[in-house]
Amino acid sequence: MSFVFLIFLPLLAALFIPLLFKKFGRIHTGWFVLTVPVVLFIYYASLLPTTIAGGNLVSEFQWIPSLDIAFVAYIDGLSLLFTLLITGIGALVVLYSIFYLDKHREQLHNFYVYLLMFMTAMLGIVQSDHLITLYLFWELTSISSFLLIGYWYTRDRSRFGALKSMMITVFGGLMMLGGFVLLSIMGNTYSIRELIPQAQEMITHDFFIWALVLVLLGAFTKSAQFPFYIWLPDAMEAPTPVSAYLHSATMVKAGLYLVARLTPVFAISGTWMWLVAGVGLFTMFWGSFFALKQKDLKGILAFSTVSQLGLIMSLLGASAAGYHIDNIAETTFKYAGFAAIFHLINHAVFKGSLFMIAGIVDHETGTRDIRKLGGLMSLMPISFTVAMIGAFSMAGLPPFGGFLSKEMFLTAMLSLTEFDLFSMDVWGVLFPVVAWLGSVFTFIYCFYFVFHTFAGKHKPEQLPKPAHEAPIGMLISPVFLALLVIVIFFIPNHVGDWLVKPAVMAIQPFLYNSPAEVDVHVSAWHGFNTELFMTIGIFAIGGLMFWTLRRWQKSYDRFPDSISLNALYDNLMFLSDGGANRFSMLYMTGFIRSYLVYMFSFVIFILLGTLYLTEAFALDLTNLAPIGFYEIVILVALVGSTLTILVSKSRLTSIIALGAVGYSVALFFVIFRAPDLALTQLVIETISVALFLLAFYHLPQLSRKEERIGFRLGNALVAVGVGVTMTLIALSSHSQKALPSISEFYKETVYSEAGGGNIVNVILVDYRGFDTLFEIVVLGITAIGIITMIKLRLSKKEGQHENK
Amino acid sequence: MRTNDVMLQTATKVVTFIILMFSVHIFFTGHYTPGGGFVGGLLTTSAIVLLMLAFDIETVKKILPINYLTMTAVGLLLALATASASIVFDVPFFTHAYDYFDLPLFGNTSLHSALLFDTGVYLVVVGVTMTIIQTIGEDE
Repeated sequence: MSFVFLIFLPLLAALFIPLLFKKFGRIHTGWFVLTVPVVLFIYYASLLPTTIAGGNLVSEFQWIPSLDIAFVAYIDGLSLLFTLLITGIGALVVLYSIFYLDKHREQLHNFYVYLLMFMTAMLGIVQSDHLITLYLFWELTSISSFLLIGYWYTRDRSRFGALKSMMITVFGGLMMLGGFVLLSIMGNTYSIRELIPQAQEMITHDFFIWALVLVLLGAFTKSAQFPFYIWLPDAMEAPTPVSAYLHSATMVKAGLYLVARLTPVFAISGTWMWLVAGVGLFTMFWGSFFALKQKDLKGILAFSTVSQLGLIMSLLGASAAGYHIDNIAETTFKYAGFAAIFHLINHAVFKGSLFMIAGIVDHETGTRDIRKLGGLMSLMPISFTVAMIGAFSMAGLPPFGGFLSKEMFLTAMLSLTEFDLFSMDVWGVLFPVVAWLGSVFTFIYCFYFVFHTFAGKHKPEQLPKPAHEAPIGMLISPVFLALLVIVIFFIPNHVGDWLVKPAVMAIQPFLYNSPAEVDVHVSAWHGFNTELFMTIGIFAIGGLMFWTLRRWQKSYDRFPDSISLNALYDNLMFLSDGGANRFSMLYMTGFIRSYLVYMFSFVIFILLGTLYLTEAFALDLTNLAPIGFYEIVILVALVGSTLTILVSKSRLTSIIALGAVGYSVALFFVIFRAPDLALTQLVIETISVALFLLAFYHLPQLSRKEERIGFRLGNALVAVGVGVTMTLIALSSHSQKALPSISEFYKETVYSEAGGGNIVNVILVDYRGFDTLFEIVVLGITAIGIITMIKLRLSKKEGQHENK
Repeated sequence: MRTNDVMLQTATKVVTFIILMFSVHIFFTGHYTPGGGFVGGLLTTSAIVLLMLAFDIETVKKILPINYLTMTAVGLLLALATASASIVFDVPFFTHAYDYFDLPLFGNTSLHSALLFDTGVYLVVVGVTMTIIQTIGEDE
């Protein structure tokens, strides 16, 4: 089976989107797009029986065989789970976007092309077994999310958010690439499956810890962990379907996927466990704490996503701890991996629905400012119900799916205190405490989100649009997701058997050999134990604090915006931007002669330097060809016309003299029997003289007054330098015959290998065809550049705006 | 006010065709004797430039209603497609193929996939140079 090609199906479909958008403008383009994730979802769902049985599937396609780079699609429980999330949530999001984005006003062809591109990138990440192709897809998600966040590119905030997310995630991606390279050096393979058995030998390697840290940087930036989370709130400038898709269900989970996938490789190191669990938990607390500072509905959700991702991250860290204990029956670490995956599913479901609700509120009232909202409960009953289900699930209330995974999270965090490795016995107690605090704030912001939007007093005078319930089409997706939240609560063990256990087996292969061995049973009622009392505590304290929220929410203003991480990023960007600008202004004078001076000086420096350092210069005057009469005549003409350019007072004379130089060189080619070159040179000269004449009218008058003696001396120095350099190189290349001339090779092979007679042409189209291909691409770009400069140049007014 | 350049215009009408034919000849024989897509393209351009000098841009535009940017794009695609066709035949990228065929009228002729690539080069060269000349020439 070659399902590796299915990864590219969305990308392939994207090619047709602009066409469909133009041809069938009356039909919303989203309907065509919808078929892609639906088809993929159905196909991938049919692979479920294989992974449930603990099997896996591999399909590969060679990309660059000489470098051993291939697209290897590897489907096991973990990748299939993510694949189903990507296609399943993707289908719902596309359905939602059909009603969210107006087909007349929006540039749907752009939107859906980016979205499909993103889908391919995500599928590629979760299915790639080859680290380099995984990296390729990883960066493709950064690029496509950049395009999606900046979709409304006329808004400043959109562009700012897009750039920010790209700067941070691409930085992480590059670090991760470094980590991958180190891994491949240690393990001598790029395949993740082949790296896992080598973990024992690799840990002694000096690079191991570096690889670990670099890979984690990639995962943390992508999954918006502290302190890299700052891009996620700004990414909320994207259209809401994008937020629901990328920033809750898929892209931000790529980092979690990577940590889960590489846990078997790195779990052997205590650093991994500490870093992943510690950073994750701190992020969970930080995100939930600052969610309450937000005034924007999507801002609250962004911080809640940061927090929830941290929660899952900490569970993945805890699952690595399972590596270090022999008897799993005694411990509860087996829960950590299960809880991580289970909560990941829950989060994708409820957060997707919550984002969609935020979008609906925005769409139907015209604002997302929670201070202006309120009392929408009676106006938008369905949205309210969905929001409540989603938020309560996030808060960990029964009877919703989130309750179950929240309980398991607490169990896992409690079990970390019993761990007596890596000084866990001293610091481990912090884990349940921070987890509990984070959960309290989670509880509060969930209530804050729902009740400050839907309950309380309705303020119609503050809303840009009169509020009403969303059209039915927009509600389908969130209602469906809300139903899933409830369904998961009632059949958690089926979800566990189908999706979670196969994935857990991939994360903790050191504990389990088959999904059936994952003996975790989820039950809503698990007796009077510490977890339950912690949960009751969360409800009690959280409820109390929510009740008094209005009184203490003001205290958030004591955290000044000017000393936040965001401000640090802004200042850094501002400074580097300004600095780079000032630096370029130093040498970008706007005069082409300055640039020529830089280039020529550089050429002299490099070439003469090399000639001197490698002692390459040689002079051999034997074997010289005789100089004939014609050559002397042409030489005199050549030198004469060159000097004419230098001294001529009028531009017309200069142009003609320049033409004469060109034609003289062409005549040299004729004499030295290089007809191809001569022909080309002649035509080029003709056309460039014609071009000069065309541009002649626009050229400024020649003026001599600014040319001071120093300036002219400098130019003369550069000119002489170039001349001397070229002469020296020509002389020494003639004098040295260390290697046989390459022309012999061409003479011998040009007919037998390439079936041609003209060496120059065969070199151009065959031996060095790649070169020619890129050359004509450069030509094409030049043409486009000239068109933009001349036809599309900004008028004066616009130009001023641009410079502002 | 235009000067009367009957001589130039009459000569151009003849010379242009000679140059064009020569450029086609040079393009096709390029693989065996001097010539090829690059020079052929330049020669064609020079023929058109001559027309433009003798008449004016608007007239030439009416005679040759070609969108040169499209021409460039087609050329690039053709060159790329020729190079990529090797993937379909499962040989390394950019591998050319050639053989001899008995064609009516031409007799035993060698057909070479490099010719297709060269056609791409030809189109790009004509397209780009003409785009540049036309854009600058039309600019007020």
